[in-house]
Amino acid sequence: MEEISRRHFIASATTAGLALWLGLTSEGNLYKAIDSASVNFSPFILIEANGQITLFNTKPEIGQGTFQSFPALIAEELEVSLDQVIIKQTNGEYQFGNAQRSGGSASIRNSYLPMRKVGAAAREVLIKAAAKTWNVIESECFAQKGSITHAPTQRKLSYGSLIEEAAKFDLPENPKLKDPKDFKILGKMSKRPDIPLKTNGSAEFGIDAIVPGMLYAVVYRSPVIGATLVSYDATEVLKIPGVVKVGTAERIVGVYRYTGVAIIATSYWIANQAKEKLVTHWDNHGFDKFNTRDYEAHLRTLANQTGIVEKAVGNVDDVNLPPESYLEAFYETPIIAHHALEPLNCTAQVNGDRVEIWTSTQVSSAVTGKGAGDMHGQIGFTPENITLHSLFVGGGFGRRLSMDYIVEAVNVAKLVEQPVKVIWSREDCTQQGPFRPMTFSKLKGGISAQGALISFEHKVISPSLQQSRDSTFDPSKVDLAMMEGISEQAYEIPNMRNSYVRADLHIPISPWRSVTSSTVSFAQESFIDELAYQAKKDPMDFRLEHLKKTSDAKKVLLKLKELSNWETKLPKGSGRGVAVWEFFAGLGGQVVEVTCHKDKTITINRVIAVIDLGEVVNPDNVRNQMEGSVIMGLGAVMKGGINFVNGKVAEHNFYDSPLLRINEIPKIEVHILTDGGKVKGVGEPGLPPFAPALANAIFAASGKRFRKLPFELRL
Amino acid sequence: MISLTVNQKTYQLDVDPEMPLLWALREVIGLTGTKFGCGVAQCGACVVHLNGEAIRSCVTKCDRANHQNITTIEGLSMDNSHPLQLAWNEENVPQCGYCHSGQIMSAAVLLRENPNPTDRDIDDAMAGNICRCGTYPRIRKAIHLAAKLNGGKGNEK
Ligand code: FES
Ligand code: FES
Repeated sequence: MEEISRRHFIASATTAGLALWLGLTSEGNLYKAIDSASVNFSPFILIEANGQITLFNTKPEIGQGTFQSFPALIAEELEVSLDQVIIKQTNGEYQFGNAQRSGGSASIRNSYLPMRKVGAAAREVLIKAAAKTWNVIESECFAQKGSITHAPTQRKLSYGSLIEEAAKFDLPENPKLKDPKDFKILGKMSKRPDIPLKTNGSAEFGIDAIVPGMLYAVVYRSPVIGATLVSYDATEVLKIPGVVKVGTAERIVGVYRYTGVAIIATSYWIANQAKEKLVTHWDNHGFDKFNTRDYEAHLRTLANQTGIVEKAVGNVDDVNLPPESYLEAFYETPIIAHHALEPLNCTAQVNGDRVEIWTSTQVSSAVTGKGAGDMHGQIGFTPENITLHSLFVGGGFGRRLSMDYIVEAVNVAKLVEQPVKVIWSREDCTQQGPFRPMTFSKLKGGISAQGALISFEHKVISPSLQQSRDSTFDPSKVDLAMMEGISEQAYEIPNMRNSYVRADLHIPISPWRSVTSSTVSFAQESFIDELAYQAKKDPMDFRLEHLKKTSDAKKVLLKLKELSNWETKLPKGSGRGVAVWEFFAGLGGQVVEVTCHKDKTITINRVIAVIDLGEVVNPDNVRNQMEGSVIMGLGAVMKGGINFVNGKVAEHNFYDSPLLRINEIPKIEVHILTDGGKVKGVGEPGLPPFAPALANAIFAASGKRFRKLPFELRL
Repeated sequence: MISLTVNQKTYQLDVDPEMPLLWALREVIGLTGTKFGCGVAQCGACVVHLNGEAIRSCVTKCDRANHQNITTIEGLSMDNSHPLQLAWNEENVPQCGYCHSGQIMSAAVLLRENPNPTDRDIDDAMAGNICRCGTYPRIRKAIHLAAKLNGGKGNEK
């Protein structure tokens, strides 16, 4: 292990005196050390002689609750309560490995067993240490609240007093995990330790970093995406009191490199105002002719091409149903922005060959990592010389998986000796991307004489996420990221062909909460509904009929059927719609109930959201995430997308790129299924089912089918 | 020179009187609890109280706040003892938490004006505060609870 990485690490967790560190090696084996100098593994637990216990959270807290849920997995098995430990957010330190990231709803589903094992191993050696100290048998000792008790004599020793002895025992390879019925924390807790910090202004988000002597900067970037800077004139800018320096700074977003003009000043406000006086010349390379409207027409034309097959089952060409048994439909979704409420920002200080960074990111270990795709190569520093302070994140939604704003801020910081905080205006966040791409879907289904779906085709026409991010992507291959979930649905359909038609695009794109499932689910689960009507079946029964085998998706639908009283009739003008969606992040289903009024307005009476998790850490937090997902999903249905006119984004700020407000939200009921099975994610599965369930409900109530997002809640 | 009394402490600031109060609070005084979200009076992340009234500090010039009393989230209480803070903690309102300084400061004025707000009153008063994470159902609940904690009836409908 390099000297420097250890220094960073120790700086983030200083210990006084003896300490027991326990965690996992990069191969996933349990490991421990008694002195900080030999901590060359990921130490998730630190127990100090003075009794202080620290648990490390490697998953950036973006609002999804990992600041609590991740350490809770350890605490449960270690037998400590969360209010008796210190929780430390890791900062991309080398020791903690390359999974210091929050994305793909993966934090808990990937850590559920490994972190419990870490806690259980520590508990086991602490019990052994106590038994040895007292010269009693282990089975008479138990762990509770940070101490080991000898049951017959009620003697007690705190964990801190046992570390030296505990360190002498080999760690068990497979420590015994607790029986879930004995859980004190998992599945039960609610209070999140970051909440008090977020109600009195003391939570430190990236944008709140205060570094002594800090300057502030904005970057003027080309409004026409794809243009390159030819020249600029900052004469007038430099006359403004408070402006310190003007220079260029490069930002790298996937395969794209953009150079903007940075204005560094003594305050953000001065820098931002100074933009008006900056004169810039750009080579637009013809991108100023780009209009979303034309591009959408282009996608519709491309839909006639034969796609590259992603998955084929049976043979749809051999089905040979009469033409009237087939149904075809075309669905469209827009580009949208992430709009995390905390504007993008990053503070950086360059000092010779070192850089120190304060920011909110979803990918701490990619900022500091040594991997080929990690950030060091983009900023010209060796990974050992990058120090990160990973602060609370005011919303991720996939936008902060990209490190473009960090790269750019480091390049700005290279222009001056002082630390610089680069802040993006809301307009910058709205207009500069990366954006969630649109997907268009061409669907075709065939219904047998018995009313069964026997032939199904889903062709996605879209720009490619992988092509936008990876210069080695082979465009003759399917971009699997754009086909997400389509072939994973549990429906038993004998003949299926899903395919992809790629469209070129010069605009940087990125995942947005639930990635492509946020758009293709709308097409597919709406179309399943259309097929149900074609088969003259109830949409719920039609789905269940195609789920003969037991599956988690079937379980979710049955639960929805029960909770929504699906079989009871609604008054005329009202209707229910259902949708279910399974993808890499997890599984959820929803029933939406609407009323269509005489004045053509539509109200949502209730949303019933079921999520299947296998196991749950904090049920109340899951409900919060689900409510948020439904609201974000409704926002994506009702509010406009991002539109390009003459190469520029036409929207600016929340007045023309609005988000849902408190007066627009429906009643949401959440139900969590935790009857074992695969551990699944929380942050994203609440989103994909919403739009199709809503569209299906509107159809049930009114006979009107919406096939294009966004749409107004109006017939 | 601009003189601001923030959370009962007076600061003399050498800033452009045109500078929005938000940046004076965050960058000059160093009180970062008040947030920047949009800069154009659209999101409410920057709400503070100016002489007891909720204002959007991103569009309020320092000049207007000169010699006036300002309360920020830090001034509501640092120990989370204010009924709104208690309620926010009880209902586990925040997700990312970024919007909640502004949410709580807006709610404080609502409850002063209307100790027993209905859902409708809450919607009207809080529609200027965006929460991207979608914690709105909990904001409503927490305001009802805070009303109760304040001795009101906690008008649920
Ligand atoms: S930052 Fe002031 S209202 Fe948005
Ligand atoms: S909790 Fe994230 S914006 Fe409100």
